[in-house]
Amino acid sequence: MAFLARRLSFYIVALWAALTVNFFVPRLMPGNAVEAIMSKFPGLTPATEKALQAMLGVDHPGSLWHQYVTYLSDVAHFNFGTDVSEYPAKVSTIIGQTIPWTLTLVGTATVIAFLIGTALGIMAGWRHGGTLDRVLPGLMFLQALPYFFLALILVDLLALHLHVFPTGSGYGQTDVPGWNTAFIGSAIYHSILPAFTIVITSVAGWMLQMRNVMITTIGEDYVLAAQAKGLKNRRVVFTYAARNALLPQLQGFGLALGFVVSGAIVMEIVFSYPGIGLLLVNAVTSSDFPMMQAIFLVITVTVLLANLIVDLIIIFVDPRVRTREATG
Amino acid sequence: MTGFVGVQLGQASVDAGALAEGRQRLGRWRRLPAKAKGGAILLGLFTLAAIIGPFVTPYDPSYQNPNPALSLHPPDAAHLLGTTNSGQDVLSQLLVGIRLTMELALVVGVVATVLSVIVGVAAATLGGLWDEFLSLVSNVFLVIPALPLLVVLLGYLPEHGQTPMILVLSALGWPWGAKVIRAQTLAIRNRDFVSAARETGEGTWRIVAFEIIPNEVSLIAANFVNTVLYAIATSVALAFIGLADLSSWSLGTMLYWAESQQALTLGAWWWFIPPGLAVALIGTALVLVNTGIDELVNPRLKDAASASRIAGHRLRPTDPTPVLAGFAPRRAPVAAFLHSFSRSSLVEAGPNGGARVRADGRYPNGGQ
Repeated sequence: MAFLARRLSFYIVALWAALTVNFFVPRLMPGNAVEAIMSKFPGLTPATEKALQAMLGVDHPGSLWHQYVTYLSDVAHFNFGTDVSEYPAKVSTIIGQTIPWTLTLVGTATVIAFLIGTALGIMAGWRHGGTLDRVLPGLMFLQALPYFFLALILVDLLALHLHVFPTGSGYGQTDVPGWNTAFIGSAIYHSILPAFTIVITSVAGWMLQMRNVMITTIGEDYVLAAQAKGLKNRRVVFTYAARNALLPQLQGFGLALGFVVSGAIVMEIVFSYPGIGLLLVNAVTSSDFPMMQAIFLVITVTVLLANLIVDLIIIFVDPRVRTREATG
Repeated sequence: MTGFVGVQLGQASVDAGALAEGRQRLGRWRRLPAKAKGGAILLGLFTLAAIIGPFVTPYDPSYQNPNPALSLHPPDAAHLLGTTNSGQDVLSQLLVGIRLTMELALVVGVVATVLSVIVGVAAATLGGLWDEFLSLVSNVFLVIPALPLLVVLLGYLPEHGQTPMILVLSALGWPWGAKVIRAQTLAIRNRDFVSAARETGEGTWRIVAFEIIPNEVSLIAANFVNTVLYAIATSVALAFIGLADLSSWSLGTMLYWAESQQALTLGAWWWFIPPGLAVALIGTALVLVNTGIDELVNPRLKDAASASRIAGHRLRPTDPTPVLAGFAPRRAPVAAFLHSFSRSSLVEAGPNGGARVRADGRYPNGGQ
């Protein structure tokens, strides 16, 4: 359990760091954020102004330490305040509505990309110098394209000209959200193109990484020994080489989750997808600071949780981590 | 080859030396992996465009030609890349945009790399609590998703200029490099030549400056290339979201305007494609250069055709690759997530560190 405990305490520190950034950044920025918000949204009540002052620390009585403690306890109770652009809706309610969209789409697409990319990487690494290697420069170019650029071109081709897919949004305009087949079908249909763009832009990265680790692993003595024993190629590739090469790949997966979230934000803008990334950008463009703070926290917590899951998987697949735990 | 030697013998010794040096330099270039050469040439072209571009623009990039015939005009002799919907010349915008984007990436690359080296070397050298603390900070920054944080930071700022963008990108661009350089410094610190320097009474910081950092140059270079990549990809994405100074011309703001004015829907590909392609080509060039660096450091990654050729010698296939003992590079999915505005993936030093490759003197570019 030592490994897990160490990771857990690290995530708690990371979470605390994110909370602290969230607390201090608005207090360090120039200008009076509350006045800016109040002038933008004339419908807000004086009570909201008080709440905003407390939250953003502008002209607010009480020591910084007191504000900080209040802020931490608010967050612990999921109290992110009232949204100013869609007043008087609660920030947590609005975020709750958007998260499932992002998690389902981006999560599925990322796992698919990881699996395909890793499989291709195993093949490219094993047949080093083969056909798959020859397309590498092309793949690098594909990777270097800005994601939204490629996505917009695909939308133009597949949605506007060929009418194979819808141009954007999470579901059809006439659909009423609910747990029925018509709505779920529509949602799936609307998610195919966004998912496809995520997969084709991220597959190459997983493939390149897996290929490089595979090549190094195949050079190890134990792989040579396995071949010398006369084991079948398939067993050597998967049980001996790929299984070991997979560990750095998994660690990379944890690290990459932050990038995945970043990609999701841009994806949701391109497709006007009703997820948390679009919400964040809308909050930023309308200076909806309470919403901004809350979304950043929610995204961070999600990434930390996903990292924790990856750690659990690593414990499961890497016996060395388990032994280290057993011996302390 | 022999002809060359003959000519050389007939010359004055100074000339012969210069010739040999020139040939050596040419030979070194020739020995570079093809990918690295292609990347370097491509990068050179874009650097040239960035340097002279703004001086040779055919028009003022912001000038809006009131002639309605010149709105969304396809490419022709007068406007080589056509015009935007307000009659602005796309080529002029592109030339200015390449300058602005590369300038930003270069500054961020330098600042973030310097930060990485300082933090990485300091953590490894000071050790103890300092090491724990600096490593923790790097790891925390790595695990907190960068783009949302950037969006939030820029969102609080009343205006979005080049300087705030450079500041926030640099502030978030150093942790990966710091981690990698720390690992490498730890590996080098225990090598014989460092112990020797310590025995002769060299001070810690002198050892760092003259023994350790010179042995990390290739790693620092790779880190710099990756940071530049991150800066380009991220700044373009942030501009696309609308968080850049939209009155200036960078590749990102060009794409922002093209998208917000429906360039693709209106069929104006000449407006939308060039800036995106420029970003992609600069990115590809940088990735190619980085792959080149990787392959120099780890010859096993080379294409099969040249894999068995080390420093120009063809080895028998059964020979073990000589330089790799204990050197297990790991790549982070940086390259992988270019589109998602990655930080960087670098070769992580194995137990003996990358420096071993150089000390052997058999490594292609080792200068022996």
